[in-house]
Amino acid sequence: MTLNMIRPGNKCKVTSVRGSGSTYQRLLEMGLIPDTELQVVRFAPLGDPMEIRLMGYHLSLRKKEAAMVEVAHG
Amino acid sequence: MDSSSFSGSLAVVGNPNTGKTTLFNALTGLSQKTGNYPGVTVEKKTGTIRLANGQFEALDLPGTYSLAAASPDELVVPSVLHGIQEGAKPVSAILVVADATSLHRNLYLVSQLMELNLPMIMALNMVDLAKESQIVIDLPELSRRLGFPVIATHATRSGGLVELREAIGRVFSQDPPAEPGLFSDFAETRDQLTSDLSGKCKTPIPPTMIFRALFDERGHTARHLKEIYGEDILQDLLTRRAELTEEHGKLIELETRVRYTWIRKLLRDVVSHPELKVVTRSERVDKVLTHKLWGPVTLLIVLTILFQSIYSWAGPLMDLIEGQVGNLGTWIGSFLAEGMLKSLVVDGIIGGVGAVLVFLPQIVLLFFFVAILEDCGYMARAAFLLDRVFSRVGLSGKSLIPLLSSFACAIPGIMATRTIESRADRLTTILVAPLMSCSARLPVYVILISAFLPEKKVLGVFGLQGLVLLMMYMVGIVIAVPVAWLLKRKLLQGNLPPFLMELPSYKIPSSRTVGIRVYQSASAFVKRAGTTIFAVAVLVWALAYFPRPESVRQEHANQRVEATAQRHEARLALLFDYAQDRFPQGTDEQALESILRADKELAGLLDGSMADGTAELTRVVSSWKSLDADYAVAISAIDREEDGAYLRTSYIGRAGQLIEPVVAPLGWDWRIGMAAIASFPAREIIIATLGVIFNLGSDQDESSAELQGALRSAERSDGSPLFNIPVALSIMIFFALCAQCAATLVTIRKETGGWRWAVFSFTYMTTLAYLAAFVVYQVTSALGWGA
Repeated sequence: MTLNMIRPGNKCKVTSVRGSGSTYQRLLEMGLIPDTELQVVRFAPLGDPMEIRLMGYHLSLRKKEAAMVEVAHG
Repeated sequence: MDSSSFSGSLAVVGNPNTGKTTLFNALTGLSQKTGNYPGVTVEKKTGTIRLANGQFEALDLPGTYSLAAASPDELVVPSVLHGIQEGAKPVSAILVVADATSLHRNLYLVSQLMELNLPMIMALNMVDLAKESQIVIDLPELSRRLGFPVIATHATRSGGLVELREAIGRVFSQDPPAEPGLFSDFAETRDQLTSDLSGKCKTPIPPTMIFRALFDERGHTARHLKEIYGEDILQDLLTRRAELTEEHGKLIELETRVRYTWIRKLLRDVVSHPELKVVTRSERVDKVLTHKLWGPVTLLIVLTILFQSIYSWAGPLMDLIEGQVGNLGTWIGSFLAEGMLKSLVVDGIIGGVGAVLVFLPQIVLLFFFVAILEDCGYMARAAFLLDRVFSRVGLSGKSLIPLLSSFACAIPGIMATRTIESRADRLTTILVAPLMSCSARLPVYVILISAFLPEKKVLGVFGLQGLVLLMMYMVGIVIAVPVAWLLKRKLLQGNLPPFLMELPSYKIPSSRTVGIRVYQSASAFVKRAGTTIFAVAVLVWALAYFPRPESVRQEHANQRVEATAQRHEARLALLFDYAQDRFPQGTDEQALESILRADKELAGLLDGSMADGTAELTRVVSSWKSLDADYAVAISAIDREEDGAYLRTSYIGRAGQLIEPVVAPLGWDWRIGMAAIASFPAREIIIATLGVIFNLGSDQDESSAELQGALRSAERSDGSPLFNIPVALSIMIFFALCAQCAATLVTIRKETGGWRWAVFSFTYMTTLAYLAAFVVYQVTSALGWGA
């Protein structure tokens, strides 16, 4: 299951991040590393991007980027 | 201030949205200087901190989440900190600003900074917001574990500033914190490589920079080091990196895992979060502002106010500046004799620079709103709401405000792109911003539409004139879509950073931050108007003024002499007729006497020493006066004809004739071509230029019925009308897409750090404008609209 499939309000835990390049690097640096817990807050009115909450802050990312993050229900 | 008098240089570093710039402003006040680092679109901001024990230079570095560069622009922060950035002095201490509400993530950068072997202090900002979320931080313990002072500061109020200033005073004599030693496995490789490579270079390479180069998989750092230290080092770096990747897997994965593990351990028992998460005020506000319905509604209201301000509220101020500039020109002109100097000062300098200064109110108002929206945190929400729209063309929601502002004026729009961190996005936005129809194009549209398009209804409801005006605004937007897509995807493709954007907590904007932002953008603009734009204005003035051939002067001097002679003759005839009717004639003496008496009577009535005369005399006086009025009209017609003749024979006029074959396919003759060239400093100049070309004088505006009439009756050399609907449309479409605005090009140069992109903008826009004008003219002519 990837992060873009989680419904707003639900919590999950990162299991792995796939990919390469600057998006991959930035995702990890922003704290999306294995075992990080996060909550999906909402999707933008036009359906993309999405807002998540992790480590006490709010992050907006596009679904395409969220699809790189493998998660499990936590 | 001589830089040698500084006792040290303090780099202010931190994640974006930590209130870093607000703190920097509070510490340095108005002593700030802004510039660009050579070759990149990164703003360089320095200021002075005055303390009891000396004054220190402070450097506000761009907000960053990591020292690992994801793009060439992001290399500025690590390069400055390592003392290898061109145009920056070595750093002697670091002030890291961290957000207390998300300390976990903030410490990632801190752990990297601790490896630099520089004295450090931390300002733990937003402790008030952390308290609101019931986050408790054991400050002394945090400071003990990190090994350097940590000072708590408030997000908006000046809490903690006194303590922070004291800590800054001590930091330069402080020891660097102990390195966390997270990558001791790599230390040997790093040190080995450092000594190997340093042998090949004149100056030693900082070991931590070698470390960064090893971990930077896409090689930005390695390429940067190659530029500084030479080709030799690259191969060694690549070999070692390949070896390390072989052994440890993805190095960035390793780095983030190791650092976050260290952070988790460091913060254990230092930070405690509440059992149940507290819903913050910011989250409650966001339930409305990013709501599926209320979010877009609020955004629409905010944008309406923004536009109302730059379109309408700035209007009276702009009129005021325009009036004052006009008055200044008249006033200074009154001290100067008619001639070259007067024309240079009044038309060239005051007129040229004034035409640009008029935009100052729009810039001040826009930056006032942008600074507030950004500082309070709403800008990130606007980007969140509309990102989908912009992502279609490869941009992000952050391009919204710059592009919308460009409808008022591209200059503040381009300056507002500073809020876009990604270089490719920012450049693309800068390059398409001038395609938005700015307010300077409106006069061009208005005069041509009202002169050539009939006031008829289309489909029974829409006025044709209004529809054409709307089309002119739409054409820029429609063209901008493929242009942005091409630029982003094809030209700047090596550089597609992600859209990972933090949505910071809302806060009350700091009046100091807003004030400094407005002041800096206004003063940068005025400075530019006084230098480059001034030079362009003078150059175009000179091209339109010289060479002033003697033959033109002689011809018009002769015309004036002739007009004067004609008036003289008519006056004498009047006098003779009156004398003959009124006084006895007969002998020559009597006739002469009668003329002298008539002259005396007439003079007495004209200069007011005689109260009134007979009905006959009054009639003569009124004829006399109307002769004078006719004379004045004739002379001013000659003056305008002369101005027009000078312009037609000027260098610009000759250039217009030279390019006539080029502009002929657009339906233009050399006069329109010349007006287009002359309007290079600013588009609206075309109206004044057309006024001069058609001998109406330069004081024409878009509502001038006289100019509209002159345009309608202008003829080509074969007697056919010069303007018709296809020609008017072709001119409008050209002006909608061209880059005829020196101030915009100068701004692009300033914001991108070189002429390259300014030249690119001018070239692509002019090409586009030419092609569009060509197609519009040819198609509408073929459709028979010209008949």
